[in-house]
Amino acid sequence: MTSASTTTDVVRGISARRWRFPRHVAVFLAPALLVYTAFMVYPLLDSLRLSLYSDEGAFVGLANLRELLPGGSLSSSFWNALGNNLVFFAFHFIVQNPVGLLLAVLLTQHLLKRGKGTYRTLIFSPTVLSVVIVGFIWQLILSPLWGVVSTPLLGLTSTALPTLSLMSVWQFVGIPMMFFYAVLVGIPEDLIEAARVDGANGWKIFWKIIFPLLLPMLGIISIITYIANLNAFDLIYSVQGALAGPEFSTDIMGTLFYRSFFGFQLQSGSTAMGATVATAMFVVILLGVLVYLFGWAKRVETYEL
Amino acid sequence: MTTKNVAHHGSGRARRGLSKATIYGILTLYTLLAIGPIALIVMNSFKTRRAIFDSPFSLPNSETFSLKGYETVWDRADFPRYFFNSFTVTVLAVGLVVVFGAAAAYALAEYRFTGNTFLTLFLAVGVMIPIRLGTVSILKLMVSLHLVNTLWALILVYTAMGIPLAVFILAQFFRQVPRDLKDAARIDGAGEYRVFALALPLVRPGLAAVAVFTMLPVWNDLWFPLILAPGESTKTVTLGVQVFLGQFVSDWQAVLAALTLAAIPILLLYVIFSKQMLSGITEGAVK
Repeated sequence: MTSASTTTDVVRGISARRWRFPRHVAVFLAPALLVYTAFMVYPLLDSLRLSLYSDEGAFVGLANLRELLPGGSLSSSFWNALGNNLVFFAFHFIVQNPVGLLLAVLLTQHLLKRGKGTYRTLIFSPTVLSVVIVGFIWQLILSPLWGVVSTPLLGLTSTALPTLSLMSVWQFVGIPMMFFYAVLVGIPEDLIEAARVDGANGWKIFWKIIFPLLLPMLGIISIITYIANLNAFDLIYSVQGALAGPEFSTDIMGTLFYRSFFGFQLQSGSTAMGATVATAMFVVILLGVLVYLFGWAKRVETYEL
Repeated sequence: MTTKNVAHHGSGRARRGLSKATIYGILTLYTLLAIGPIALIVMNSFKTRRAIFDSPFSLPNSETFSLKGYETVWDRADFPRYFFNSFTVTVLAVGLVVVFGAAAAYALAEYRFTGNTFLTLFLAVGVMIPIRLGTVSILKLMVSLHLVNTLWALILVYTAMGIPLAVFILAQFFRQVPRDLKDAARIDGAGEYRVFALALPLVRPGLAAVAVFTMLPVWNDLWFPLILAPGESTKTVTLGVQVFLGQFVSDWQAVLAALTLAAIPILLLYVIFSKQMLSGITEGAVK
């Protein structure tokens, strides 16, 4: 009797908790929401707002943004940086995914008896280093002074951007490798065995069974990479400086943002133009996310295993 | 029976496609590509200037061994301070992300209250949008709070940056904590804070994953130290190395030594915790 009434009390307590906003919920949420709102959400919204004002604080509407469009003062820099940035991403997409997948597939082979953990650990190790360190490591190795490579790959407008892109791929290939690995080890053995019994060969099993199961993860990796690439700065700044040389051939959105905001040499810094470039980056990232959500995630089937 | 077995084995070999040698061969080659450049830098940092250029691929021996690069770094840059700064910022930011993130994730996963969905979405936005886009206003904010060139500027920004993903991951973990357990504690008269304290140890793998995901970007970041705390007394290792390398570009011994100094601690930590880290990534990926 007593226990029954206690239980109903608890049940009532739970259902009552459902519809109010009790104090303990506020206490749990407050610290995270305060810091997040004050130092992330507010600055992001405020940056969007600042892009509509001049440096003197006058409302100018979309006039700042128009400077990025053809005919505007920042137009050629902006489109050059955006183009370079998309090339930077394309290198990641085209090189990082197949290499990461190949490594993940090799790591899940039954014939690989010993050393699986060691291979994984070592291949992933460049990922934990700072981009600055990776940039300088490769800068030294590729330096014609050292003579390991005789062509100044980072000094030519034609090769600098591909070289920097591949340096970044070298560093981060461990991430797609681990993500694909996580999916591969989750595929039930029975599924593969069943296909094998039906006479499918390794190649066919990979393309008809394993690959479709990897597609959702390929989408996730690609959108994470896209956002990270559009946000990149450290590598270019460390290796080529804020002017992203030679002749701006490695200028990407992050370095353009930095120069627009702080100014560099002949270019003077501007809060308004910094905020405007940030707004443009926001739009470009948003477009990518929309393409991912509606062009990819909606069409690719996710299978429950 | 016998024929069947033979057929099975025969097609088995064909099916595999990849031989053991190929698997080990490709993995070993790629491993060398991954660690070779790092090893090259570390190795040459212990050599004389002459040996660095004459024989970059050989190990230092009694004739070519030199610590001159490290002496230059020690004299010209305050690396102990840079490490102390990076350590302080990383530990405090990760600590705050874990504590604040766990509390918020618990609230969102455990209670149904008005605004739950809205707050979940509000936080999810932060997973997708890079905080760097708000830099202009972050700098203005830090100037008005008199926090520029203090470690607190970095700690607050990194805490804000880490919270969305932490809440997202930890909420998944908290949803798996059995309800019976929490209700049993409530029947025994435990308050909501006590129930939270009971649930917390059960999501330890999630807390570890969050700590790893938060730690690396904080330790390795160049952007915010460069903009919010570029002063000599607040430089982090990443910024300190970047500035030092820029100044000593032509002193190869010093550059190699600085790179080694900056890379070794994080690599050591990684080697010690790599199992937890990689399984954290694998779990985070599937969630």
